[in-house]
Amino acid sequence: MAYEPILTKHVGEPNSYTLDFYLRHQRGYDGLRKALTLTPADIIEQVKASGLRGRGGAGFPTGLKWQFVLKDSPKPKYLCCNADESEPGTFKDHVLMERNPHLLIEGCAIACYAIGAKVAYIYIRGEFYHVQEILEAEIEKAYQAGYLGRNVFGSGFDCDVYVHRGAGAYEAGEETALIESLEGKRAQPRIKPPFPAVAGLYQCPTAVNNVETLCNVPLIVLNGPAWFTGIGPEKNGGPKLFCISGHVKRPGVYEASMQTTLRELIYDHAGGMLDDRPLKAIIPGGSSVPLLLPDQLDIAASFDSIQKAGSLLGSAGLIVLDDTVCMVWLAMNLLHFYRHESCGKCTPCREGCDWLFKLLARLEAGEGQARDLDLLFGVSSNIVGKTLCAFGDAAATPVLSTMKLFRAEYEAHVREGRCTLPAGWRATHPVLVAH
Amino acid sequence: MSFHPPMEYAPARFHKSERELAEPGGAFAYTPENQAKFDANAKRYPADQRKSAILYALYLAQAQQGYLTAAAMRHVAGQIGCTAAEVEDVVSYYTMFFTKPVGTYVLNVCRTLSCALRGAERVTEELVATLGISPGETDPTGTFTLLEVECLGACDRAPVVLVNDDWQEGLAPDQVRGLIDAIRTRGRAAFTGCHLHQEKNRGGA
Repeated sequence: MAYEPILTKHVGEPNSYTLDFYLRHQRGYDGLRKALTLTPADIIEQVKASGLRGRGGAGFPTGLKWQFVLKDSPKPKYLCCNADESEPGTFKDHVLMERNPHLLIEGCAIACYAIGAKVAYIYIRGEFYHVQEILEAEIEKAYQAGYLGRNVFGSGFDCDVYVHRGAGAYEAGEETALIESLEGKRAQPRIKPPFPAVAGLYQCPTAVNNVETLCNVPLIVLNGPAWFTGIGPEKNGGPKLFCISGHVKRPGVYEASMQTTLRELIYDHAGGMLDDRPLKAIIPGGSSVPLLLPDQLDIAASFDSIQKAGSLLGSAGLIVLDDTVCMVWLAMNLLHFYRHESCGKCTPCREGCDWLFKLLARLEAGEGQARDLDLLFGVSSNIVGKTLCAFGDAAATPVLSTMKLFRAEYEAHVREGRCTLPAGWRATHPVLVAH
Repeated sequence: MSFHPPMEYAPARFHKSERELAEPGGAFAYTPENQAKFDANAKRYPADQRKSAILYALYLAQAQQGYLTAAAMRHVAGQIGCTAAEVEDVVSYYTMFFTKPVGTYVLNVCRTLSCALRGAERVTEELVATLGISPGETDPTGTFTLLEVECLGACDRAPVVLVNDDWQEGLAPDQVRGLIDAIRTRGRAAFTGCHLHQEKNRGGA
């Protein structure tokens, strides 16, 4: 049976972002209306039963996260929606907020009700200003229509949703760093525990959820947990957005169940390889996860099966690489990213990323030595597991993964004293200036 | 004589945190409109948590003046009720704040993997050749600033260049010269590269 998109069914239609459209075509705010007739504990039970897993990268069960929020604390509770989508290769929340903002607003309101919060902050990355304008205008419409504000649907439930604009920090996507940034500080992670559910924003109990996660909540309340688990494999239920970029014919956001295989995503949804070149490797979950090889494409694109294959679904950002991609260049490109974005709090990550980039740039320029390969491995291994947040592991992954799978390319760079795969789409004089 | 082998230590670009303090700049105060905007925004946060409005306050100051001077940061500190050092701490962390004058048009070329796979390095090269400046620099007329930035989150429309707050999507290297000419002659009216503009032109959204 062909999969019928749910979250993105209407995104191609010109007025899909308006309140009218949402009310007419997506049973708009019926989920919230129904939620307010239930108790918060019922909603958390339903979300737990649905098995909804966080769509931001870690795949942590959302219901459990909400259950951990200290309900009997005298302090106010907060919901933070993580819309700081910055993982390279990920652009799904971008589409949801731009084309279906009311689904997110409704999800925020239900989540607030479930955890006992009265205020939700949507932390959106600074570069998404055109998306923010749409989102803020639609939030205003929701206020006017009485879906937000005081005494929603006469239930006595108050809910405010505000958009908070970030200013260009990848690290603000980490939940405790997001909270720090929301408090007006540098986006640097906190030591956990205490987890945000106990002491988060302003030291109050806080839930931090990804945009796509919250967009699934109205659907679960409306259609029930059994409907949700019925989509996709066990423990990996529900609709899922996949972002496909790189060397494919039709890059874009595609919705599917997690039963879909990686091969179907690349060759059916995204139209196959650009110029029909051979596939060399894919990055299945944003730049922070290990690569998979062409013989691993027939696995389901679910959290569990990709993990079994040795990688992670992460944020479901598939980056497809054809045979023109030099793996040393790829690692260098990504380490330039991590080096720039490291928040600087933990020494192994701050210093390690810089040294990894320098070593890779040297290899790529043909000036590397054989011992640099051991050094790369040593520096990477000394970052993994030695930092406060997952950034360190993420930054070392492109190096460790490409060295494991394509060591011969590294050796060829040393042996021949040049890049052995200079593709036409790359610069003739790579600009490596730090800024 | 040292027993240490000669080694490169602390060259000019060694420390990524190396930066210059912001120029003092002339007197700065919000215009009445910006003051009203700030006051409205600060109400979104609990009364004892005004610092949460700092990013918004800095965006306002930057929009008013083009970049952030020490005087502007002191003004923001006064608005928030924190020290100027705390403001500078924040400013120096986030990449979207400028502490030096920038051109009328800031060209942010996404250089991360998905865009690079579709030719972003060539886009940068073309921009360097067309404008005669390197990434990080502003041209002598103060019209363009060229920056290479990390993933902009629009990888399906690679390569992407963010011009101020406007997106130019799917910008092929051979279209770069045309875009720069169009911006020079028509200003903001040349920003047509975002799919949202194209939908508006088709009579849609």
